[in-house]
Amino acid sequence: MIMRHPNRRHEAVLSAVLLVLALFIGLINPGFFSAEAAFDLLRSSTVIGLFALGVLVALVAGGIDVSLPAIAAFCLYTTALFGGAFGVADHPVLALGLAGLTGAVLGTMNAFFIHQFALPPLIVTLGTASLIRGGLLAFVGTRIVTDLPESMAAFSHPAAFAGSGPGGAPVGGLVVSFLMFAMAAAGVAFLLGRTTLGRGIHALGGAPESARRMGLPIARLRFIAHGLAGFLAGLAGLAHASQMRNANPFDLVGTELTVIAAVVLGGASVAGGRGTVTGTVLGVLILVLVETGLVIVGLSSQWHKVVLGGILLLSVATTVRRVSRAAWREGMA
Amino acid sequence: MRRAAVLEAIASGWSRRQRARHADADLIRLGLFVLVALLAAMTLSPRHFFSAANFESMAFTLPELGLLSLAMMLAMFSGGIDLSVVAIANLSGILAAQILVRSGAFPLAATLGAACLGLAGGAMAGAFNGLLISSLRIPPILATLGSMQLLTGLATVLTGGAAVYGFPEPFLALGNETLLGIPIPFLIFAAVAVAVAILLGHTTFGLRLRLVGSSRSVAFYSGLRLEKVLFSSYVVGGLLAGMTGLLMAARAASAKADYGTSYLLQAILLVVLGGVRPSGGVGRVPGVLLALAALQIVASLFNVLRLGNFAKEFAWGLLLLVVMITNTVLDRRAARRPATTSVTNAQNKEKTP
Repeated sequence: MIMRHPNRRHEAVLSAVLLVLALFIGLINPGFFSAEAAFDLLRSSTVIGLFALGVLVALVAGGIDVSLPAIAAFCLYTTALFGGAFGVADHPVLALGLAGLTGAVLGTMNAFFIHQFALPPLIVTLGTASLIRGGLLAFVGTRIVTDLPESMAAFSHPAAFAGSGPGGAPVGGLVVSFLMFAMAAAGVAFLLGRTTLGRGIHALGGAPESARRMGLPIARLRFIAHGLAGFLAGLAGLAHASQMRNANPFDLVGTELTVIAAVVLGGASVAGGRGTVTGTVLGVLILVLVETGLVIVGLSSQWHKVVLGGILLLSVATTVRRVSRAAWREGMA
Repeated sequence: MRRAAVLEAIASGWSRRQRARHADADLIRLGLFVLVALLAAMTLSPRHFFSAANFESMAFTLPELGLLSLAMMLAMFSGGIDLSVVAIANLSGILAAQILVRSGAFPLAATLGAACLGLAGGAMAGAFNGLLISSLRIPPILATLGSMQLLTGLATVLTGGAAVYGFPEPFLALGNETLLGIPIPFLIFAAVAVAVAILLGHTTFGLRLRLVGSSRSVAFYSGLRLEKVLFSSYVVGGLLAGMTGLLMAARAASAKADYGTSYLLQAILLVVLGGVRPSGGVGRVPGVLLALAALQIVASLFNVLRLGNFAKEFAWGLLLLVVMITNTVLDRRAARRPATTSVTNAQNKEKTP
């Protein structure tokens, strides 16, 4: 409860930034203020958003995960390939289960290395990312699956209540995968904020040694956190494939940086134990809006990385002020 | 004076014990690793492996990864990490290229100027990292992740994403000629490796950095100026990365924003393989050099086995994990034997982000 206050303030600032950005883009391009554009924005934030939720869980648990895009590529490709070939994923729910489960297994693999051998999460997930991506391309296949199984394509169909969106606006765009993201966000928010498990994950990330001495099941918490991150990556892969209408094993490389930027912008701490779903979602929306804004302003795509890096550093530089000089010197942050 | 003596005592006592526990065992282990890899390479394809051409091509390519690894080592030695080394290298190469393509009638002067600009650019980028990490107190992961994006972005903007080429002869010689039969890049790398070994092992700066890496609070209460030590280490790292960029540009006869991206993982792998602990404070240059030799042999083994690029990516990832696991398992076994304070070690590792 003590930590509520700074989070709220940070989220208020983010909301203000989001609003200013939206107004700015809307002034240049009035077409931006339409239900269609809004749904477009939501759709393009789905994949990054799902990744961001995964990274958030990993960060709160005191880890980090840069292997999520590799996991997602693995999940989307194997689900499309085997789901299509053997008919094990004929129903969207089955496809979701298969992709999510594959992701969860790969996520727990990360947890295994991190926990069992007390290794730094960044380096472990750098290694597993290379392992997973290399393994996928070397042993599973490199051919793009263009005839995506119907069960996977279904995730980019208009959602169930299409045609009668909020405010009676004509809804063409609110897709199933976005609903999946919204549900995942609500689920993660509930888990982290309202359950004992969530408290435990916060404790593990905030002060691992204290958590251990309190008798918290450290191993189980770590496996759940990284497994959940992997699960969310699996969903992200599914959403991505359905939006692209194909399964390309080369996709998603490099997304990890955007995602980490979004989560950190949202106020999560890389030192662990801190971060909210609201902040993360705001961070994702801001980044997606900035990209849209860059296109609208007409800045060439070469500048995107500069802006992204700048935003990441700026957001960290402003939030890290919370870390006192004394704590830094003690090696606490 | 007294402060310096206390510092020396803490650091040397600590490092001697650590050395007994880690470093020698690491070197022996690495030696065995090199031997096994060599035997495998020998039996599988003696004709290819032991050809003079193979060794010469190694001596041209190895310095790039070697210099990047030394830069990475400096960051890890202080308990951090530098994800921006490849980005710095490419930016330096591109900066140098700006002068080189306009060399005209003064190829030698242009080469000198370009080298200076490249090195200065590397050092500046390193200083930027150092500032972010020491003054703004941004965790090294995020700081270097951000600067990696920023610098790669700048490099892309400078070149429009295309490769820059058309360098004068003297500059190309830097990456492709031999001196007394030894490739010039290899000579440069050997000199730099010796310099870094002296810097880390035999200077006050090296001692301070070791202390900052092993325990920041002890370093602080010993009166060290953490900010200054960390800042300098990242500047040196940037300088080494800049040097790599020059060699890369000279060998490829071009500079591009996305060269050598696979070097990042390999550099981390190499440094960890060389016995540098990611939690900081432990590691020696000879270990990293031996790891470099081992990796080079493994890489030519991959070529002999005709592994594709993706299988290589898989194998590097696997190797990184296996090496880290072996280090941990053997560390724990070593720590268990004498009933010393191994608990604090485990705790330190636990907290590493």
